[in-house]
Amino acid sequence: MDGITLSAMLPALILIVWACALLIIDLFVPRKWEAITAQLAAVGILGALLVCLLQTGGQIVSPDGMIVADGYAAFLQVLFLFSGLIAIAQAYDYIRRTGIERGEYYILLLFTLAGMLIMAQSTNLVMIFLALEVLSIPLYVLSGFARPELASEESALKYFLLGAFASGFFAFGIAMVYGGTGFVGFEEIVSVLSAQEADLTLVLIGAGMILVGLGFKVAAVPFHMWTPDVYEGAPSSVTSFMSVGAKVAGFAALLRVFVAAFPDLAASWGAVIAVLASATMIWGNIAAIAQNNIKRMLAYSSIAHAGYMLMILPAAASEGVAASAVSGAIYYLLAYAVANLGAWGVVITLEKQEAKGLELDDYNGLFSRSPWLAAAMTIFLLSLTGVPPTVGFTGKFFIFKAVLDADLVWLALIGVAASLVSAFYYLRVVINMFMKPGEPEIRRSVLLQATVWVTALATLLLGIFPGSVLALAEKATMWLP
Amino acid sequence: MNAWMLTLVTFFPLLGALIVLVLPEKRSTAMRWTAFLFSLATFGLSLWMLSMFDSSNPDLQLVTRLPWIRISTWTIEYHLGLDGLSVLLVLLTTFLTPIAILSTWTAVQERVKAFMAFFLLLEVGMTGVFLAQDLFLFYIFWEFSLVPMYFLIGIWGGPKRMYAAIKFFLYTMAGSLLMLLAILWLGISADTFSVPDLVASGNIPADIQTWLFLAFAAAFAIKVPMFPLHSWLPDAHVQAPTAGSVILAGVMLKMGTYGFLRFNIPLFPEAAVKFAPWMGALAVIGILYGAAVSFSQQDVKKLVAYSSVSHLGFVMLGLFALNTQGIQGGILQMINHGLSTGALFIIVGMIYERRHTREMDAFGGLWKIMPVYGTLALIVTLSSMGLPGLNGFVGEFTILLGSFGSEALGSVWFTALAAGGVILAAIYMLFMFQKLFLGKLDKDENKALKDINAREVLTLLPLIVLIFWIGLYPKPFFNLISPAVEQLTQLLQTAAMVVK
Repeated sequence: MDGITLSAMLPALILIVWACALLIIDLFVPRKWEAITAQLAAVGILGALLVCLLQTGGQIVSPDGMIVADGYAAFLQVLFLFSGLIAIAQAYDYIRRTGIERGEYYILLLFTLAGMLIMAQSTNLVMIFLALEVLSIPLYVLSGFARPELASEESALKYFLLGAFASGFFAFGIAMVYGGTGFVGFEEIVSVLSAQEADLTLVLIGAGMILVGLGFKVAAVPFHMWTPDVYEGAPSSVTSFMSVGAKVAGFAALLRVFVAAFPDLAASWGAVIAVLASATMIWGNIAAIAQNNIKRMLAYSSIAHAGYMLMILPAAASEGVAASAVSGAIYYLLAYAVANLGAWGVVITLEKQEAKGLELDDYNGLFSRSPWLAAAMTIFLLSLTGVPPTVGFTGKFFIFKAVLDADLVWLALIGVAASLVSAFYYLRVVINMFMKPGEPEIRRSVLLQATVWVTALATLLLGIFPGSVLALAEKATMWLP
Repeated sequence: MNAWMLTLVTFFPLLGALIVLVLPEKRSTAMRWTAFLFSLATFGLSLWMLSMFDSSNPDLQLVTRLPWIRISTWTIEYHLGLDGLSVLLVLLTTFLTPIAILSTWTAVQERVKAFMAFFLLLEVGMTGVFLAQDLFLFYIFWEFSLVPMYFLIGIWGGPKRMYAAIKFFLYTMAGSLLMLLAILWLGISADTFSVPDLVASGNIPADIQTWLFLAFAAAFAIKVPMFPLHSWLPDAHVQAPTAGSVILAGVMLKMGTYGFLRFNIPLFPEAAVKFAPWMGALAVIGILYGAAVSFSQQDVKKLVAYSSVSHLGFVMLGLFALNTQGIQGGILQMINHGLSTGALFIIVGMIYERRHTREMDAFGGLWKIMPVYGTLALIVTLSSMGLPGLNGFVGEFTILLGSFGSEALGSVWFTALAAGGVILAAIYMLFMFQKLFLGKLDKDENKALKDINAREVLTLLPLIVLIFWIGLYPKPFFNLISPAVEQLTQLLQTAAMVVK
């Protein structure tokens, strides 16, 4: 590996090396001091975050064209690392009180984070595949971390089986593209496609399979079946991180593949993804209405959000919109991440032993018990609905802007209708918290509460003063071959 | 100072809300006083604002205009401005808020902190709606004002409050989202969200005007509410606590009519001319339907709620007469409705607080034991049905005059039918008054009722003063609005020529 590639991958490498070191250190950490591993893991993430922040600005392309460090990757990497920190803070007390505290938890978290970081900067289909596996395999293990609890084991197995299925699709897609163009690197694929020397049929089938593979990862309808069960069964702290990290990473790759590698086929895949996006928004939101378990509800909500994000792709396919669509997309990913992490933080706060405290009715009366927590949850839910002045609104605003920019009025209308439906189930939780009597128990842990406050504040502040971060998202351009 | 006046008026209640939030949990009286004094101070500030307002100038005044969010070619601005179309509505908002807080002094006993905080936040949202001159900013205030009202209905409302709250939220949001798409479309095509700039450039093709008009109208017609989109209103009104109903009827419904006035008519004048007869027809249907349904109510609060549908029909008829008189009458009627219906809801609240029922059959002969209450109620009732000498008459008469001479409506039938609505209003309002106050005092529960106290009189008195003032000497109010309205009608005349 040469110096340029090394420096481009530095944040991810830091995490991997640190995780390996921790694997050994953890052996010598006594059981009762297990918290040390968590603290060390957080230090590793902070280190990677520091490097990430210092590196931004330039655009580094590795000589073999496999990895880039562009503004797009940097923006998302900061987002991943931030989510990673939140994930550690949320897990810290939770895994101890549920009796699943083991040092490997944090180490696996570091590995999956490294996979996400690489995913955001891969410009080669095989690299994406590797990153996908690096991110997925630790997540399968984490989903089953609460073994021998059946739900957790089921969750891990389901996630693994469908994840393997998705990987299969993805790998087969790569093979097809390779068959059609003779290359797996974006730069070569684009040049072969624009020279019209490729076997278009094979490439199109390949692109479709890649779409299916990543569609599983981001939980787009009809590849979403695993989501509610996995989200429900996995330990909540894992779900919180997974619902943000894995989804954002899936989108990072999806956007890069379709905007950077296959822009010439935009007309063909744009329409397909638009239909997929509509189905995802509609079904995600409608199914969420019927849920009585908050974890399942948030699972369907995250499916619905995958739908909103997917709307970006057909928009980016139309000429002249790509750049603004990509910056809108990453801003939305940020908006989703912040509010979603916060909402899961509240879920973890209310969860009791043996997966109790997870029904919507367990939220009854939260307002009288802890008004600030109820207020924070309301902010998160309003943000997920897209009501101003929260970041969710600003995010949706720019997504719809891109969609209308691309003249996809019908898609925007479906998106709007879906948002309206979503208001119903998000508000149901608000109703329970504020308007029904009840005495929910809450778990007070400093770190956990800190994550709720940080995300609540970010949700509001980014909604009212989105300027500076929006400017960053706009500057965070994607490297194009 | 001038540049920050409107910001101060808009966000001053926020300061009050923050103070209420940090007060200790048990100091409910302190919370009430904080909220009341802050809203009163806001009213004071708005009077100061009025003193700076030059009523002979039809343009936006006291403008604050700063870049807020910059993205690619767009600059979203923090842009506030005041003109003849909005000045009275801002005053109405700041005037009604302290009154509403006063009216709820003893009625709200639980969770006073949250109530007062939400109430002050609501004031921020509503004032912002009337002052925002940037579409994005407007939308933020517009949607934001939904949230506190949702909680006011949902937490402190009647037995079916949760249903009413969510229905209110979903109905309003449905319209708003369509408006959001239209706002985006305008932003993309004109590269600006500034309302005055969009009105000045005014080169939107006619067929697109039609669609944008409808998208904006969806949001505003639900809020007004226009027939047939009114079904959230009776639920929300009946379930809402008194103070919530006062603000809901007094101010929030006007956000809808104001939206038509500020956005639909000036931004899409040709579409407005084209749709005028349709809007007029819906307005007249609303007037008659609202009146008929009011007449058949047993619950006083429901009666008042449905009467709003009827009264707001008048406002819409005035606005879509698209001439000076009609629009002036429409604006004044917005204020009148805010005063009269606000007062009516307070009156209903007073009796409900005493008897915990609002069924008309449970009352009768109240005049005998509650003469002060009866007198004030009579004045308000007469004002609401449009008795000459009181405010309602001035508004309705100007509207009928406007619609009679309106070219855009194109038929005197609108006026004739609407005038029928005035008669119906007299019938149902007097019927209600008779049921409550006249006749024999034959119910035992009513015999022990106490007349209203000094605080309650004080709550109603400012409203009554204005009811008489507008009724007897409306000139200063018309002076405030007429230059801006005349500028608007000039724009409409050009549009009418184009359409022809």
